[in-house]
Amino acid sequence: MEGSVGYDNDLNLRATELRLGLPGTEPVSIVRSNKRSLQQVADDDCGVNGCRSDDQNETAPPPPKAQIVGWPPIRSYRKNNIQTKKNESEGGGIYVKVSMDGAPYLRKIDLKIYSGYPELLQAIENMFKFTIGEYSEREGYKGSDYAPTYEDKDGDWMLVGDVPWEMFITSCKRLRIMKGSEARGLGCGV
Amino acid sequence: MHKKMAFSFPDEVLEHVFSFIQSDKDRNAVSMVCKSWYEIERWCRRKVFVGNCYAVSPRMVIRRFPEFRSIELKGKPHFADFNLVPDGWGGYVFPWIAEMAGAYPWLEEIRLKRMVVTDESLELIAKSFKNFKVLVLSSCEGFSTDGLAAIAASCKNLKELDLRDCEVDDLSAHWLSHFPETYTSLVSLNISCLGSDEASFSALERLVRRCTNLKTLRLNRAVPLDKIANILRHAPQLVEFGTGTYTADVRPDVYSDLAGVLSSCKELKSLSGFWDVIPDYLPAIYPVCSKLTSLNLSYATIQSPDLIKLVSHCPNLQRLLVLDYIEDSGLEVLASSCKDLQELRVFPSDPFGAEPNVSLTEQGLVAVSLGCPKLQSVLYFCRRMSNEALVTIARSRPNFTRFRLCIIEPKTADYLTLEPLDVGFGAIVQYCKDLRRLSLSGLLTDRVFEYIGTYAKKLEMLSVAFAGDSDLGLHHVLSGCESLRKLEIRDCPFGDKALLANAAKLETMRSLWISSCAVSFAACKLLGQKMPRLNVEVIDERGPPDSRPENCPVDKLYIYRSIAGPRFDMPPFVWTMDEDSGLRLS
Repeated sequence: MEGSVGYDNDLNLRATELRLGLPGTEPVSIVRSNKRSLQQVADDDCGVNGCRSDDQNETAPPPPKAQIVGWPPIRSYRKNNIQTKKNESEGGGIYVKVSMDGAPYLRKIDLKIYSGYPELLQAIENMFKFTIGEYSEREGYKGSDYAPTYEDKDGDWMLVGDVPWEMFITSCKRLRIMKGSEARGLGCGV
Repeated sequence: MHKKMAFSFPDEVLEHVFSFIQSDKDRNAVSMVCKSWYEIERWCRRKVFVGNCYAVSPRMVIRRFPEFRSIELKGKPHFADFNLVPDGWGGYVFPWIAEMAGAYPWLEEIRLKRMVVTDESLELIAKSFKNFKVLVLSSCEGFSTDGLAAIAASCKNLKELDLRDCEVDDLSAHWLSHFPETYTSLVSLNISCLGSDEASFSALERLVRRCTNLKTLRLNRAVPLDKIANILRHAPQLVEFGTGTYTADVRPDVYSDLAGVLSSCKELKSLSGFWDVIPDYLPAIYPVCSKLTSLNLSYATIQSPDLIKLVSHCPNLQRLLVLDYIEDSGLEVLASSCKDLQELRVFPSDPFGAEPNVSLTEQGLVAVSLGCPKLQSVLYFCRRMSNEALVTIARSRPNFTRFRLCIIEPKTADYLTLEPLDVGFGAIVQYCKDLRRLSLSGLLTDRVFEYIGTYAKKLEMLSVAFAGDSDLGLHHVLSGCESLRKLEIRDCPFGDKALLANAAKLETMRSLWISSCAVSFAACKLLGQKMPRLNVEVIDERGPPDSRPENCPVDKLYIYRSIAGPRFDMPPFVWTMDEDSGLRLS
């Protein structure tokens, strides 16, 4: 388990520096804190200051978090319970993010558990508490301000429902519930 | 003449009076009044509580209380629950069982928490105590179903067998068959921690059928849904029930069977279990919901709408454990439906995920605090918090006795103002004058500890992680919290100064755990030398602490008061600092 060590283009000295820092912000954050250098101990500095000093590469994706021992404070049998759930579905689940214009949270769903479009759309309606209009091949989704769209393998935004289900679940990378004029525009078959 | 009579109450009368005094605190107070009361009290104490099994030796306990019937022992420090205490640290119950086996053939009850219990210990219990009635093992480990079989086979008067949250080596489910066919005294059985895939359902069914006094039955995950009806049919008198896995192919006959049997359980007050729930079977429990006071859905991975429906059926709920799938919206419904709610625990469904997977924020906790006037105990995992919310919570719910908040990402600031959460937690300790237990999280400076030291006068247990700026923080707590018994700290910049300045305080507490902080080996040695009634134990898996410079911080430190002196069962990675430690280690 190593977090990828920064995206600096310099000598990456940070990688060799041993500090106790915030997990997630410093990829070398310590899982066992006994890796502190003696010099640092003498300075009586537990690296509380050593956080968020590297904001240069904002475009780079955040490095994966180093897991801290015993944090969050959850009993093992609870962790195992979550783990088994994940493992059960990991064997073939197709997870995609679902966002809705205006909603502060993204959701994630497993496309594999739905047998077709009606079920999927019903689930999304329940999740975000709204109604999608009726689908027609010619006019897209009518009767509501929302249109379900997805990003496919080529990076294009498509209207949900145009392609056969099996093709959809293998090409869908993420879902977005568009709202308003943007949604209506898509339905008009440009 | 009559003056003398007024002072010489016969012992039996005093004993009779003392028999109405059950609480340990009161008993301890009684024993300190005078020598004769001490003597009378010690002969008639029937229940002994030892909060730290290393604070006193078994022999000392037996010498002082020659006739107790019930003992409760606690072993490992609380942080052992989160894997911070390495395996083999200690907490072995065997020496206690061995001493008691000789002295107390009439021992009836043993309750253990966070101790290592071997099959040998269980077999010794089964063999030694003819009237043994109650075995409660909470978060214990080290034994297998073989040990359980010994208990089942020999303890003819067993009333209670509770294995909550234990780690059991599941060799065989057939241990249940070791209860003889003539055995009928079971009142409470909790085997929810057991794994075994092949469970002995027929033995379980027969056991339940013949134990007509059974009030509590908590099954394990291996018991399938369609077997529950058969088991419950024979126990309509149950007050507390824990299901096994709550999923099955949706079949109307299974459903109606289950619903029918559940509705005939008129005494049911508490439900738990619900592993792998599918919503289709949930309505089966609606008929019993109106009487429910306790509901544990913390394994139920069902979404908010189903949780809301369920909770709305339970107006008398006092205790709810649930996953964060309930979301803020669900907690709002809880706040309006369950006005008797006293305890709420919300666990994270995806604790290691980088992004929130559910819409559960500080708003849910605010809603419940505002809406539930009897709420006094909370354990809440969430991903954001604000001082404003905490102040609202504190003001509206000054009756909190236990407040444990875990903001999942360490050092998370107030999401509205980006400030530390000092003021928020300060409000909690200021308004909640009866607060006994507090767990902190989020971005916190020394300021919060100043508030805690100033206001938290009834605080008995404090848990701190990734907080504070300097020794001043620790000093505020140690010098200000008059009622403090247990303090556990990890990953804070606390060091030698505060610890040494408050050494005397440590003798008034049960224990202090401090890990991944800045306490040096030198300070540990000094503390051990100066405070003979404290056991100062350094835990360090890197090797002997004296193989590094003295000013090097130790990995983990566990300090506890003891009249038994240093213990002798330490593993190679634990060192006791005492008067001779300087000599012994060099």
